Amino acid sequence: MINWANFVSQVFNGLALGALLALISSGLTIIYGTLGVLNLAHGAMFMLGGYAGYVAYSYTGSFLVAVLAGSLFVGLVGILMERVIIRHFYSRPHEDQLLVTFGLGIVFVELVRLAFGSQSQLVPAPAIFSGITSLGFMFYPTYRLAVVGIIAVALTALFLVLYRTRIGMIVRAGIEDSMMVDALGINVYRVFMIVFGIGAMAAGFAGIVNAPVVSLTPGIGDDILVQTFVVVVIGGVGSFPGAILGGLIAGEIISITSMINPGYAYVMLFAAMTLVLVLRPYGLLGTRGRE
Amino acid sequence: MHSNKRYLIELCTAAGLIVAPFILPHLGFAPNTVNRILVWGLFGVGFDILFGFTGLLSFGQSAFYGTGGFVAAWLLTRAGFPNVFIALVIGMVAAAAVGYLVGLIALRRTGIYFAMITVAIAEVFFFVEFNPLADFTGGENGLPGVPTPSFNLGFTTLHFTTGWSLYQFLAVCYFVGIVIALRIVRSPVGAVLSAIRDNPLRAQAVGHNIHGYKLTAFVIAAAYAGFAGGLLGVMQAFMPPDAFMFETSGQLVMQTAIGGTGTLFGPLLGAAIWLFLQDFLQSAVHLGAAWKLVLGLVFVILVVFLRKGIIGGIKDLYDLATGAKKKREATEADALADFKEPAGGNDIIAPHKRDSDRASGPILQATGLTKRYGGLMANSDIDFTVNHGELRGVIGPNGAGKSTFFKMLTCEIPPTSGTILFEGRDITGKSVTDACQLGLTKSYQVNQLFTNLTVRQNLVVAVLADLRGKFRLDMFRDPQSIPGLKEQVEQTLRLVRLTSRVDTKVSDLAYGEKRRLEIGLALATRPSLLLLDEPLAGMSPQERVETVKLLKSISKGRTMIVIDHDMDALFELAERVTVLQEGRVLVEGTPEEIKGNAAVQEAYLGGMHEEVH
Repeated sequence: MINWANFVSQVFNGLALGALLALISSGLTIIYGTLGVLNLAHGAMFMLGGYAGYVAYSYTGSFLVAVLAGSLFVGLVGILMERVIIRHFYSRPHEDQLLVTFGLGIVFVELVRLAFGSQSQLVPAPAIFSGITSLGFMFYPTYRLAVVGIIAVALTALFLVLYRTRIGMIVRAGIEDSMMVDALGINVYRVFMIVFGIGAMAAGFAGIVNAPVVSLTPGIGDDILVQTFVVVVIGGVGSFPGAILGGLIAGEIISITSMINPGYAYVMLFAAMTLVLVLRPYGLLGTRGRE
Repeated sequence: MHSNKRYLIELCTAAGLIVAPFILPHLGFAPNTVNRILVWGLFGVGFDILFGFTGLLSFGQSAFYGTGGFVAAWLLTRAGFPNVFIALVIGMVAAAAVGYLVGLIALRRTGIYFAMITVAIAEVFFFVEFNPLADFTGGENGLPGVPTPSFNLGFTTLHFTTGWSLYQFLAVCYFVGIVIALRIVRSPVGAVLSAIRDNPLRAQAVGHNIHGYKLTAFVIAAAYAGFAGGLLGVMQAFMPPDAFMFETSGQLVMQTAIGGTGTLFGPLLGAAIWLFLQDFLQSAVHLGAAWKLVLGLVFVILVVFLRKGIIGGIKDLYDLATGAKKKREATEADALADFKEPAGGNDIIAPHKRDSDRASGPILQATGLTKRYGGLMANSDIDFTVNHGELRGVIGPNGAGKSTFFKMLTCEIPPTSGTILFEGRDITGKSVTDACQLGLTKSYQVNQLFTNLTVRQNLVVAVLADLRGKFRLDMFRDPQSIPGLKEQVEQTLRLVRLTSRVDTKVSDLAYGEKRRLEIGLALATRPSLLLLDEPLAGMSPQERVETVKLLKSISKGRTMIVIDHDMDALFELAERVTVLQEGRVLVEGTPEEIKGNAAVQEAYLGGMHEEVH
């Protein structure tokens, strides 16, 4: 017998997780779409955002400062990573790019483990969002509702950057054909650096916003990375709307399956991915040829 | 001399495995460490066939390692199965079967999609092992009590227990694994796998069913992983649940990249370095948990600076020291040198797919061929017929739709509407592989070669598709034993005048030589209809003259269609010429008729009359 209050609360959980995945996946997908690099360290970026925010929080006690610090720090790490290492891999095979970002991901995780140890760290939710909210028919943690709102704002901001600014236009053009953008006299390397920074920042922002929901461990980004891949495969590589749709679908699948039997959450997620691969090999909102 | 060297690697491996227990202890290796290295090494042999030889980077190998391991361990601990070795084999078969099913899904996509899907697969298996299947796998506890192998030989029983005793068993397994893998990579299948790694598009175009071969490599890798997983349980007397963890896949990838890909031995070396450093950093340097950070950094540095891993680095150093790889300066004069040798008389008549000399009438008939890209009409309503033995030229200004037209004829892209008949058979909507197998192929406007292979290896790949069909699992066959292979390769080499460059890597060839090899690849499949997309593009005037001669000699007894911008060359070559303009056939006729045609002149001079009025 399904408990309806429980079901609705799982749907909300799914929405929160889905929004989170949507944001992280958007970061991954715009980096891939523009630079052609699949960043296997993207999960580590999510983790770094959480820890950077945690450090800022323990010094200032302000959640807002923590969010700013978390996202800016990871954005900076992204830019550095692009300038120092990724840049030299554009002309190398995809496999080399996968290997180097995979290695960097491990280095980041182990650095954090060295600095903070393996035990989990907690960032409390800001005071205004603490406690629970009555939705009439059930009670729900206020901060989780707030997460949906915060992420929605972040996604809107990302949307505005991508669709309403000059740099966004270049990025979207680059996703279609980066050689052509280069030929038009735009310095693609500068754009690449900015895009890598923005993409990493999206993951970092998600990392600190998620920190009050799930406590921080150095390995927290590993699962997120896998889920992000499924989202991108479902939504379509290089597609911003696809990442959002895929994120919401994946979030709901994980949450609702978990209510019935947590052991099957990944199985269902994988089944959904397989279904999409069979029926629409390029993803729900993807375009042929972006790979 | 060749036969002496033939089993050199096998012999060295055997010698190495025999002396290892006498040397490695002095270097600080404990027997258990050596055993673990062997298991990782064997695991990696299959992975290297998949990644190093076929170019498919999978992060999902733990799924098969765990499957094989748990099936074997379950049989031995829970099901009361008595024979360790047979249990290992059953585990391997189970892993291969799972690999087949997973491969069907993962190989629907290539490149980064493939990598992402394999990551997801690995994670799913981990969760399935822990939850739905926990009754079988012991969940977090794993399966303790896995027995060690013993063999009853009648007069005595061999029992391999732990340490150096078990080493003997593992070493034999590793040796057999290496011998089989060497056979596979030297077989025709191995040649096709390397071709897929270098240029999947061309491997497909010369007539190989690359999906089938990729799936084969995937299953082979899964089988090796499954067997190694079983050995892990045997070695530890316990099947640990972390065999299924994503970290296992990651460690395998990193060890292989550190050791060197495409060598089969890279994973073994990588594992040795990895495990040695792990022990060393933890116990001697007292780094504790930070050992993984150090190894991660080592890995990143290696990927950045030493692309081919340590074995690749050693090889390059060796080549540098011995000067074996004399970098030949590839010049235009070089490219033409082969032409100065007299053509070998009449023995180099172009090969044929079928005995079509006697056939007459149309070999190719396209009717109403149309290709629309959104609002753009690339080709519209083209009717086009070529007769047996004809040499047809196709010209047209830039953007006339010539290349699109060719792509449709060779089945690279499907037409929006219209039909294509080849030798009376409807080939519309067939794959480029099937078209090539039927005897219709093309040489590309932009070279599509297997750049990391030698000239001979390139041609062998093409000839194999002709002699073996589009898919065949002759994994243990020596390519030398295929009747006609050597002759057909030699014949093609002579035809495209690359005899003196047979063992040169394609990346070291001069441009003109690459162009000739491009034609040679198409020719080696023995097509009855050969399409050439701008064969003269980018050539110097002298090269053009020689290539026109080459094309003439190829065309004897063969039907050819040639696109080119060089009108003089084309008018000299072709018997009839078709002029395309704005996706339509403007006019068709003999070179003389075309030269004198007002419409053609207008098309090329750009509608000057309209402005005059």
